[in-house]
Amino acid sequence: MTEHKASTAEIIRASLKRRYRAERRFRLYGLLAVCFGLLAVLLLLTDIIGKGHGAFRQTYVQLPIHYDPELLGIGDATDPETLMRGDYQALVRQALRARFGEVSGRAEARELNALVSDGAGYELLARLRARPALLGTSETLWLLADDDVDTWFKSRGGSNEFTGRVSERQIAWVASLAEQGEVALRFNANFFTRGDSREPEEAGIGGAAKGTLLTLAITLLLAFPIGVAAAIYLEEFAPKNRWTDFIEVNINNLAAVPSVIFGLLGLAVFINFFQMPRSAPVLGGVVLALVTLPTVIISSRAAIKSVPPSIREAALAVGASKMQVVLSHVLPLAMPGMLTGAILGMAHALGETAPLLMIGMVAFIVDVPGGFTESATVLPVQIFLWADSPERAFVEKTSGAIMVLLAFLTLMNALAVVLRKRLERRW
Amino acid sequence: MSPVNLVISLALLSAVAYYLAHSRSLALAKPLGGIRHLHSLPLYYGLRGAVWCGLPALVVLCLWLMFDDPVVQSLVLAGLPANAVPAGPAERSLLLSTVVNVASGALPVAEQPAAVVAAAERYNTLRGSGQLLVAVITLGVAVSGLLWGVRRMSPQLRARQEVEKVFRWALLACASIAIFTTLGILLSVLFEALRFFQAVPLTDFLFGLEWSPQMAIREGQVGGSGAFGAVPLFVGTLLISAIALLVAVPVGLMSAIYLAEYASARMRNVAKPALEILAGVPTVVYGFFAALTVAPFIRELGATLGLSVSSESALAAGLVMGVMIIPFVSSLTDDIITAVPNSLRDGSLALGATRSETVKKVIVPAALPGIVGGVLLAASRAIGETMIVVMAAGLAARLTLNPLDTVTTITVQIVTLLVGDQEFDSPKTLAAFALGLMLFVTTLLLNVIALYIVKKYRELYD
Repeated sequence: MTEHKASTAEIIRASLKRRYRAERRFRLYGLLAVCFGLLAVLLLLTDIIGKGHGAFRQTYVQLPIHYDPELLGIGDATDPETLMRGDYQALVRQALRARFGEVSGRAEARELNALVSDGAGYELLARLRARPALLGTSETLWLLADDDVDTWFKSRGGSNEFTGRVSERQIAWVASLAEQGEVALRFNANFFTRGDSREPEEAGIGGAAKGTLLTLAITLLLAFPIGVAAAIYLEEFAPKNRWTDFIEVNINNLAAVPSVIFGLLGLAVFINFFQMPRSAPVLGGVVLALVTLPTVIISSRAAIKSVPPSIREAALAVGASKMQVVLSHVLPLAMPGMLTGAILGMAHALGETAPLLMIGMVAFIVDVPGGFTESATVLPVQIFLWADSPERAFVEKTSGAIMVLLAFLTLMNALAVVLRKRLERRW
Repeated sequence: MSPVNLVISLALLSAVAYYLAHSRSLALAKPLGGIRHLHSLPLYYGLRGAVWCGLPALVVLCLWLMFDDPVVQSLVLAGLPANAVPAGPAERSLLLSTVVNVASGALPVAEQPAAVVAAAERYNTLRGSGQLLVAVITLGVAVSGLLWGVRRMSPQLRARQEVEKVFRWALLACASIAIFTTLGILLSVLFEALRFFQAVPLTDFLFGLEWSPQMAIREGQVGGSGAFGAVPLFVGTLLISAIALLVAVPVGLMSAIYLAEYASARMRNVAKPALEILAGVPTVVYGFFAALTVAPFIRELGATLGLSVSSESALAAGLVMGVMIIPFVSSLTDDIITAVPNSLRDGSLALGATRSETVKKVIVPAALPGIVGGVLLAASRAIGETMIVVMAAGLAARLTLNPLDTVTTITVQIVTLLVGDQEFDSPKTLAAFALGLMLFVTTLLLNVIALYIVKKYRELYD
């Protein structure tokens, strides 16, 4: 008997080592899983920031520009019509020739002219339009460098210098400019104010940001009141019947329907049937409102649920009607929670891309949109468009735009957290 | 008068109605000795006046906005000489759009036949008189509603009940939008998909092994060629989703278990929000990351190992998609694990089981239905995910299970078929809706099953 017992204990003792090993192994797997997730976060963020931090600075070249009326081919700088006809790029070419001396051969001249962006001429036009008296005079200006020069200049001296699209001669020219301090990285204001462009050095997220603002305004205007009303109905008034159950099932399902399907809905119903304008913020706003509606409803319901029944009962006891109870007591108390939900819903809408591709917000739009029915694009779609562009400089722009997008998302989420901490009452 | 101006004038009229009704209720109350002799508060009389003024007029306006285009267009068509109207619906809509463009001045008048120019003029007059008509009707309805509402006021009028009834119906309408959205999705997708299946037999679509929608449109062939066989898309979608789930489910499960059962409170407070960041990153960012960082990395890794990896490999897209779904799986798992009653956990530990044995033999089996539901929800996410695959997966519809090869998915094809110029009668465009239908039905089924399982499971321990 005793021998037998001892052997059982021994069996268990012998198995302990194995069991503890299994325990440690399991624990290690868990730790590895967490580390994998954290590593993914870290990799994603460092990759984006590493690629995109340069987008906020742009290479500029300092050149003395002489507004030569003959070269421009215009005599009267006060007439806007005449101004438009001037060949401003010729001024830049002349300035470059003056700086580096005559170049031999066409290929070399082309390379020299390619140092400065094609958009520099427009800047000169704008300056001349603002001050017609400049015609015939000279001034020294910082002009936008070409994107290839910009890419090389930023990677210069680093471990992975990128000389793919600049020639030896161009490098020598820019290096000689750099020695004199006539080429420099300056804050890239264009990136925040301009619309899209085929030239990476001129492209900006201004248009997309405005489009996002207009679209999200419509989304908020639709999704918040409708979502709150739906939540109030479902929490406070809905009788227990089939229709209510059906509504609940539908809301839960819509929350999990792929967003690209909402794009199909927008295309078939809002564009083809209701003839709403394609690519317009108003249409994007309506579609995104439908996408975010389930989120808003679900969070608003949670906020209403958290208001204790004693408040309702007290109001009912002093003679308020059900509607008065809800509108004057429950709703104000649930409002912080609802606002938090609305902000999170807007953050969701801000990052949504797929449904907007379907309804034509993917068009190449240079102008900053002025109204709700004008063609526009939004920040995530702009990122998608730039990510598809072959020019290397767009990689930097795309990452820069992603950084701006992530900054906005962080801001909105932080706002939601602060709002929740500050305003939400614990009962 | 444009619709926007009409809505503004309606709002102004309603404000006037509120003011009139409100002051009239006060006037009614005065001889009786104060507002306590009224049935409702003056606020409700005012609101009732505003509702009577604004609501019927708004309904009229909405009906008009919904149906004015078809009415005007059919009137224009009816006004054309019989021989000028083509028989086919496609040609008819082409003619109509020509007329509309001439009318708006987008097309020059000079090059058009006389009948079209006449129709364009007629279109413009009809539109003008239509707008005038709707303005008159809407404002007429508003004013008569205002007068009627204010006239029929008495101290006994149950104004609060009337207003609250309207409010209640408005709340119900808002709640029902979810149903109408689902219905709208279903109808729009189904309707276009049926038109597609008229051109391409359903069996060819479901069982065809070759997908090349571009060819079909160029040759002018409609179906029958097998160019719309969706099997490669289904396989590609399943392959990428499977890779994603292979990453997300173990990592999500294990990290949720570790954070719930092993980690210290401090680590949990840091690691949980950090993992949640992954859920907040927009999918287009993941797409960029997959296409520009992960895919080249995998290709080079494959090259050093002597494997030929496509630059748009399924592996890269699936891997990044898996990372995206990790927080989704882990937060669902976390909910489910914490829902398992502590008595089960304590009982197992008391019997001498180690923590990992408790997790493996007690908690996971008890939480299994919930975990399965969560995995199904994650699968539906992976199948419907669009941006990552649009940016990182390929366009070539290859029937392969090799994760290093390039495959395409349902969502990629929907996007490529519908982005850019479209003609709405070609099978190419309609195919996107057929794919949308498949996607909607699949995800709907997965969601319904998963939500049902999760709900049943919650009830088990509640």
